Amino acid sequence: MTAGPVPVPTPLTRPFWDGSARGELLIQHCDACGRSAFPPRPHCASCAEPLRWVRATGEGTLVTFAINHRPDPSFEVSDPQILAVVELDEGVRMATSLIGLDPDPDAIAIGMAVSVTFIPRGGLRLPVFAPQEPA
Amino acid sequence: MSVARQQGVVIAGAAETARIGVIPELSAIELHAEAARAAARDAGIALRDVDGIAASTPFVYEVSDALGLRPRWVDGTNVGGCSSLVHVRHAVAAIHSGAADMVLVTHGESGRSQVGMRPWPWSASSMEGQFEHPYGLTAPYATHALPVLRFLHDTGMTRRDLAEVVVAQREWAQGNPRAGRRTPVDLDTVLAQPPVCYPLTKEMCCLVSDGGGALVLMSAERARDLPSAYRAVHVLGAAEAAESAILSQMDDLTSFHASRRSTRDALQEANLTTGDIDHAMLYDAFAHFPLYALEDCGFVGRGESGGFIGDGHTRPGGRLPVNTNGGGLSYAHTGMYGMFAIQEAVRQLRGEAALDAGRVRTSLVHGVGMMFAVAAVLVLAAESA
Repeated sequence: MTAGPVPVPTPLTRPFWDGSARGELLIQHCDACGRSAFPPRPHCASCAEPLRWVRATGEGTLVTFAINHRPDPSFEVSDPQILAVVELDEGVRMATSLIGLDPDPDAIAIGMAVSVTFIPRGGLRLPVFAPQEPA
Repeated sequence: MSVARQQGVVIAGAAETARIGVIPELSAIELHAEAARAAARDAGIALRDVDGIAASTPFVYEVSDALGLRPRWVDGTNVGGCSSLVHVRHAVAAIHSGAADMVLVTHGESGRSQVGMRPWPWSASSMEGQFEHPYGLTAPYATHALPVLRFLHDTGMTRRDLAEVVVAQREWAQGNPRAGRRTPVDLDTVLAQPPVCYPLTKEMCCLVSDGGGALVLMSAERARDLPSAYRAVHVLGAAEAAESAILSQMDDLTSFHASRRSTRDALQEANLTTGDIDHAMLYDAFAHFPLYALEDCGFVGRGESGGFIGDGHTRPGGRLPVNTNGGGLSYAHTGMYGMFAIQEAVRQLRGEAALDAGRVRTSLVHGVGMMFAVAAVLVLAAESA
């Protein structure tokens, strides 16, 4: 997973990638209406007010997944990849990768609890998710 | 009264390229040109009589110039697979407003052979470049596979329902000599294939084809004097809607808001309900699309789409024939499939389809653009309302 497409931050998204480099998952928050936002937006989708960067807990649940048996050549791997959407506890969704699990549909459950972790990618760090350790 | 109905705009000419599938000896612009000439011939007009043009790729001015046109109205809207549907809607408005009298909507795409194609404008600084591509959500089969398990989970369906879509559409394709996949398949065969991107197997993914198609639109009044007048297809309603730019941010991963809205608006404009629709073309880049669309367009209730297809209602002889050319899954899919869905609806309404779907007086054509970002719907009819 260290090889693969490398994101190019823009002024809008730079704080997110800077946060990831520090091991912090950042999302945006609207003080006017209380909503959270991800991916980064120029203003609140609901009320068009300014958004403020806040640190997310990094915990959430698995909304859906797919297992790609034909990964993009840029990953330089042929092993199946687990593609996922996670909903953070703050209520926003992220597309991501699921690591620490076999690429076996019976080993992965919609609704399972997951936590963020960061992997290197082209000079940046990329937030991905792994199953939460049982309490 | 709505724009479409008030003006009475018709599709006076419609044609696809002579061949479809693998055509490495023709560039995208030549596919446009062949389709445009054929559509003009079908309408009984000279191509130079066109004063408006719509095309998504290559740039509309490149297509226009290659055809030898000097139009006074252009539409280069590129919203992916439903672009041709959106072009039709915009053309209706242009004809209504007087901005154009005769519009060519054209599509040419060397999707398989990639001859004369512009590179897809993906950038590593775009939203998908930053927040989806790094995770392997690059190819359409990977990105589009993502919501499927959630859809099945929430509706109580299984992968067998995905396979039902493939089998039902293959029944239509078997009778169509132009279809890319004609060999009969059964559910077990579809399910037993190795996954491309689980839960999708190869047969659940569309073909990748070369081909083109074009339409000539004008007012019903103007079309009346043409030799093709008796074959004119009326645009009774049209609508478009946009949702999230990247798939993971859909309002609801299991129901496409833009499909719901555009269907509602197009039917309202046509003053019809789903019960009045004889035939439907529901965009099918992947097998789950028609399941979503049957529900989102309101043909069936939530969670009922798999059973509806499994019971045979969309197959030959069924009460709602769907994707009667075989669809993107079995007929052809150049990357942006919308034009071919419109062409099949026109053929059915004219009674000229390879496999006749019975008495088709009304057809609903539904299109999806990009990764569930945009939808558009046309309501077409053999006669004016």
